[in-house]
Amino acid sequence: MSDTQPPEQKGAIARFLAASPDSVGKTIFVAVAVCLVASMVVSAAAVSLRPVQDANRLKDRQVNVLQVAGVYEPGIDVTEAFAAFEPHVLELETGEFVDDQFDPTTFDDIAAASDPDLSVALDNDPAGIGRRSNYRVIYLLRDQSGELDKVVLPLHGYGLWSTLYGFIALENNGNDIFGLQFYQHGETPGLGAEVDNPRWKALWNGKKLRDDAGDLQITVSKTQPAAGPDFYVDALAGATLTSVGVDNLVKFWMGDAGYAPFLAKLQAGEF
Amino acid sequence: MSQTRKELLVDPLVDNNPITLQVLGICSALAVTSSLQVSMVMALAVIFVTSFSSFFISCLRNQIPGSIRIIVQMVIIASLVILVDQILKAYAFEISKTLSVFVGLIITNCIVMGRAEAFAMKNPPVASFIDGMGNGMGYGLILLLVGFIRELFGAGSLFGITILQTVNNGGWYVPNGMLLLPPSAFFIIGLIIWAFRTWKPSQVEEREYKIQQVEAH
Repeated sequence: MSDTQPPEQKGAIARFLAASPDSVGKTIFVAVAVCLVASMVVSAAAVSLRPVQDANRLKDRQVNVLQVAGVYEPGIDVTEAFAAFEPHVLELETGEFVDDQFDPTTFDDIAAASDPDLSVALDNDPAGIGRRSNYRVIYLLRDQSGELDKVVLPLHGYGLWSTLYGFIALENNGNDIFGLQFYQHGETPGLGAEVDNPRWKALWNGKKLRDDAGDLQITVSKTQPAAGPDFYVDALAGATLTSVGVDNLVKFWMGDAGYAPFLAKLQAGEF
Repeated sequence: MSQTRKELLVDPLVDNNPITLQVLGICSALAVTSSLQVSMVMALAVIFVTSFSSFFISCLRNQIPGSIRIIVQMVIIASLVILVDQILKAYAFEISKTLSVFVGLIITNCIVMGRAEAFAMKNPPVASFIDGMGNGMGYGLILLLVGFIRELFGAGSLFGITILQTVNNGGWYVPNGMLLLPPSAFFIIGLIIWAFRTWKPSQVEEREYKIQQVEAH
């Protein structure tokens, strides 16, 4: 390869390149230079690809809303199908929509959970989320006559390794579960990650949150609780802690600190 | 150069395959081969990383100080892996979700480090690039082979297209669920190694020890 190089120059750079790579100065120089170039390449890629990645994430979220409400089919136009859903920003404490304060299409309720003005620190925190946003973006699906068909509510909580983010779809009575699905988690593949298994997800369909007395009874466990099969989802085999995490997060979000005020209004037929 | 460029490219496919002969990179080969599409993307990612990391490391080989050479190699490899990860997240989002941590784990794939240390540090850039590509392809070949067997017999499909109609979908084929779990890849890779070494007995390693015969008193 030496014949392709230009005639030898005795400049500072040439002398530096010819110097032994094992000197202290050169070691430091090479280390710094390699790190600088590598970090520039990595950050350039991260920054320039971010818009595309964000669009993917948004679309993924929309697909998950469609899936959990049972209207997704492969190949449909996601944006068009998603337009049927009415997004609202819900104030959890009151169960009222506050769409005049926040734009439901852009409000980020996950980011809001780390904003002290928009969230509360939880003392009783079974879902392991630390802080809870006071506002969440929920979706209403109406049928052709304008009657409320389903509501899709976001929920999240800690499993074994990771926070699971997902949606639950409820029928218009606010008590019957249509579906539950997680769109992001880092649980063990083959064990905890079976929360994505279609057969397990299908178990949720038709279950009920509360019994006739209004007590929250839905349970994910290994054995059927006293409340009966309507309130029971079989835990995942080999994934005890993930199952406990899902149990906790569903109970938390469906409970008084979560959507209970909203669900009470839903049952009263306010929407 | 003792080897021609063609040899550099073709040798690692069968004669010097990183998985079957050197038994490197097994971890990711077990994890990502449950479907052919994912295997394919993983193979392409590894080919990209091995060839370019070998190329860049070879370009710098006379300047890299011996005392920090491993860490310099790691920085170059890791940057390329992050690049691949970012591109997958942007343009193949679904697959990147399936691959999850395994793209990141290419950094620790012994094949990449092995080629950087064993070849690229001593050879010119173009030869190193071809060597890296060859080894990436050798890895990819086994990945596709394992992915083919696992997806066909485990799920009855290839690239997600149904070949054998499974019983669950009203067909006749009862899929072998074990093939979708990582341990099955152990068996398949073991059988592939056995097949390769039966075909090419020169690949059989010598025993490191002999069982001593103790004479009976």
